[in-house]
Parts: sequence; structure tokens; C-alpha cells
Amino acid sequence: MIPGSILFSIGISVGFLLITGLILALLLILAEKKILNYGTCCIDVNEGEKKLQVPGGGSLLSSLAENEIFIPSACGGRGTCAYCKVQVTEGGSMISPVEEPYLGPEERKNQVRLSCQVKVRKDIKIRVPKELLSVRKYKGKLLHKRPLTYDIVELRIELLEPKTIDFVAGHYVQLESEEYDGNDRVMRAYSMSSPPSDKNHIELMIRKVPNGICTTWVFEHLKEGQEVTFSGPHGKFHLSNTDAEIIFIAGGSGMAPIWGILRDIKEKGNTRKATYFFGALTQKDLFFVDELTKLQQEVPWFKFIPALSNEPANSDWKGERGLITDVVARHMPDCSKNEGYLCGSPGMIDACIKVLTKAGMTEDRIFYDKFA
Amino acid sequence: MDQLQNMNFFVSLVLIFTSAAFTDNILLARFLGMCSCLAISRKVDTSIGLGSAVIFVTASTTALNFLVYKYILLPLGIEYLRLLTFIVIIAAFVQLLEMIIERFSEKLYYTLGIFLPLITVNCAILGIALFMLNKPYTFWQAFAFGAGGGFGWFLAITLIGGIREKTKENELPKGLEGPAITLIIIGIMALAFVGFSGMIKI
Repeated sequence: MIPGSILFSIGISVGFLLITGLILALLLILAEKKILNYGTCCIDVNEGEKKLQVPGGGSLLSSLAENEIFIPSACGGRGTCAYCKVQVTEGGSMISPVEEPYLGPEERKNQVRLSCQVKVRKDIKIRVPKELLSVRKYKGKLLHKRPLTYDIVELRIELLEPKTIDFVAGHYVQLESEEYDGNDRVMRAYSMSSPPSDKNHIELMIRKVPNGICTTWVFEHLKEGQEVTFSGPHGKFHLSNTDAEIIFIAGGSGMAPIWGILRDIKEKGNTRKATYFFGALTQKDLFFVDELTKLQQEVPWFKFIPALSNEPANSDWKGERGLITDVVARHMPDCSKNEGYLCGSPGMIDACIKVLTKAGMTEDRIFYDKFA
Repeated sequence: MDQLQNMNFFVSLVLIFTSAAFTDNILLARFLGMCSCLAISRKVDTSIGLGSAVIFVTASTTALNFLVYKYILLPLGIEYLRLLTFIVIIAAFVQLLEMIIERFSEKLYYTLGIFLPLITVNCAILGIALFMLNKPYTFWQAFAFGAGGGFGWFLAITLIGGIREKTKENELPKGLEGPAITLIIIGIMALAFVGFSGMIKI
């Protein structure tokens, strides 16, 4: 038997902790309702082009997303990717210490802010690029997920709602992952590899990032037939309006926008000359070689040069060997009249920019999408 | 102890404040609140921001906890729950404070408010609240003790921030960079603060 006095003191302690906890929790909930209630605020986009009524207190990024305006963001609003910059001309409040490192003096003068760090506390006026207003949220169904190499898959998605998408070859969408194993939903950017003429499908190439939240979801949880959501199109990466000869350089899943652009050029009957340098480590990192070789045979304007940097010396590989930058330098000693289109990791892009500028290409003729 | 009760009210407050700030410096004599100190003391500006937030929170939570202890825990005979109760009260208070600051002063929020979530888990604040129970303080004396302890922490982190800012560019052996040299700096400062010991005895 437990003596009554012990039971009594246990009862008192438990009761006391319970009551204190409840009172404090209640107090905090009430305080949040009362103190952090900013009422309804108005977001004015591009001087009256759109006027949104949103509940105050949220971040500008999420308030806009709830109203179907999707500012690109790769980190999901944590203030680390600095993609979600918008111009806040009125009601933006102070620059927070989180934003400081990402805003240069020119941007500060233009009132550029990270929309994920700006809280909507009063009426606010913002300016965003016009094409962002055409960005929409899409629902689709995954038709197939096929492995291209051991760590890259291709997704083909049929659009359900809305049924069609208009985009320029080279642009990207933000794929939204679902919750799994305690990971929240995140949005990540992937270039579309399908040609724009295929209006009710998109194709993406996704490389597995070790411990990546979205790519792990794609590789391990996403099943064919499942519903997926994404927003888009975004991006500035697309062919210019000139006749200059094109140099494409991309490795791995960086092929996605270029595969889209190539198919687009072919469909439109353009004859602009193009060379595609595809960098990979070994033969097992190569993919679409047959398709690209076939394209090279079909049209006179296209040349495909795959290069391997880590292939064993005694293998049966007959193509180019060495770092992609060295291969480009060997084939293109003079690039002064060409345009460069690059897609890949920041390290590879910086190295390629160096090689191209050394061969005479000016930086305004080099276009790229850096995917970290 | 008896002196304290017989002393002039204001003199006792000043004495308690000074002893808590200097002779019994919470960071340098008791080595509490070390984690946020190591993380934030890189610059004087941020050290001052965090330090002022700590002063404010220690002073107010020590007073609050004093009242809770004297009028709720003691009468109910459940002093042994002081640790849990103090933690919960400090956390709730800091949350509430952050909301109020965010709502009413944007400037204060960006200089002080962003440090508040860091403070919730600062052991110096809990430490001061618990040490306060060792002495038979009255309400205002407990308040002075809390404010003094917070001021001591503020002083220490600001000084450390100043030294780190000055020595930022200095070349160091690889193994001593970052937290290692900071701990050595704190150790030497603690030695200096030993000079205050014995000055005030309460």
C-alpha cells in the first residue's frame, strides 16, 4: 500500500504542473490571437494590376502563394536561397538581419527584399516581373518514372488542372513534394525537358541528391499514377533571338532544359548551328546518347560530343576523354561569334565561363541556370 | 545575512546588484549561459543586443519567479517543482515578450526581438532564478539580484565581443581558432574578475 500522504503530494504536483501548463498555453494562444492579429491587409501588385486581400501576419511569399502568385523559392522560405526577391515599394518595414547578407547596395536602393522575410503587417505595395503573374499552380498525374542512369530519373506528368501549360523551352517548374517521414512539403526547381508544343504534358529529369528532401521523395515515395503538384513556368534560360552558333554545355540532369530546347528547335525547323558537349564521369553516367546521335544524323545543324572524365583507360569508350572544360577548349578554340548555354552545378558553370571567355566569348553571350 | 535585513533599503539593492554583476558574475564566475555567449559574441553590436535582452529577461523573470515561488510553491509545499515551474514560466514569458515587441516596436524587434528565441534556452536565466532562492531576499532585492546578474552577463559578453572583434584578423594556430580561443579569452577574463571577489560580502 502506498501511504496516503505520498499519493496526496503526487496529486498536488501533477495537478499543479497541469494547471500551470494549461494556463500558460491558454495565455499564449490568446496573446497570439489578440496581439499578432493585424486584420486584413491589402497587397497591391504592380500599381493596381492586382489587388489582394490577405490576413495580416504571414510572410509576403506565403501570402502571395495563397493567392496564386508564385515567387520562385528553392529553400522554402527560410531565407537561405535568396531567389524570392521582389520589389517592395511601400509598407515593407525594416530589412531584417536574415536578409542583410543577400542584398547589395543597388538592390537596397531599388527596395528589393526577400519576400519570405517580409511580413505583411499593413497595406503593402510590390512590383514583380510580369511573367510571374502568369505563373500558376498545376495538378498533374505522374504517367511514368523511368531511370535514365543509376541516379537520374525521368518523370512524365500529364496535366489535369489546368490542362495545358504555355512555356518557353529552357524554363523550369517548382515541383512540390509531399510530407513523408517527418519532412515538410518543400518546393524545388527542375527544368522541363519536354518541348513546349506538348502542351498537356511536362517532362523532368531529376538527379538523386543524397539526403535531399524532394529528390528522396521522388525516388522512394512517388509512384506512377500518383497526383503531383507544381507551379511554373519560371526562368530566364532560353534561346536568344540571334543567329549565332550555339554551344550547349551540360552534364547529368543539366541536360533537361537543353533536351527541351533541341526538340523545340527541330520542330520549328530552325537551322541555327548547335554543338552539345555532354560531360559525364563514366559510361554509366551517360544517357540519351542514342537519341542525340540520331538527332545528329537527322539534321545537318547539330553536333553531339559526349566526354568522359573518369572512364578507365582500358575501356571500350571511343569518344572524347577528359574534363568537359578541356574538351570544349579543344573543339572550340575561337568562340567569339558563338553563344554559350550552360546548365549544371555552380562549380561546373564557373569553370565553363572561364574557358569560354578565354576563347573570346563575351559574358553577355553566356546564359546559364545554376542549380546548387 | 542579518546585515542585509538591517541595511538601508536602497543601499541593500545597490549592493545586491553590484555583487551579482561583478563578484558573482554569472558568466565568468559560474560559467552559465556559455552556449549563446560563444555563438553570438563575434561582434560588439550583436553582443550588446543579446546582452540587453538578457538583462531585461532576467530582471523580469527573476521577479516573476520570486512571486510564484513565495505565493504558490511554498504555501502548497511543492518547492521541489521549482526547476520545472521556472523553466516553463521563463519560456512562456519570453514567447509573450517576443510577440509584444514584434507588434509594438519594429525597431526594437530587429535589435532585440530576434535574440529572444535564443534566450529561452539560456541557462544563465534559469541559474539566476534558482540562485535567487539561496538568499532570504525580499521582492525588490530579488529584482535587483536578477537585474544585476543580467547586467553581469551583458558586461561579460560585450567585453568578449570587443576582444573577439579586435583579434578577428590575428593569425592563430589552427587548433585554436573559433570557440577554442574564445574559451581561453573567457578564462583569462574570469581570472581578472576574481579580483572583485571578497569586495562585497552579502
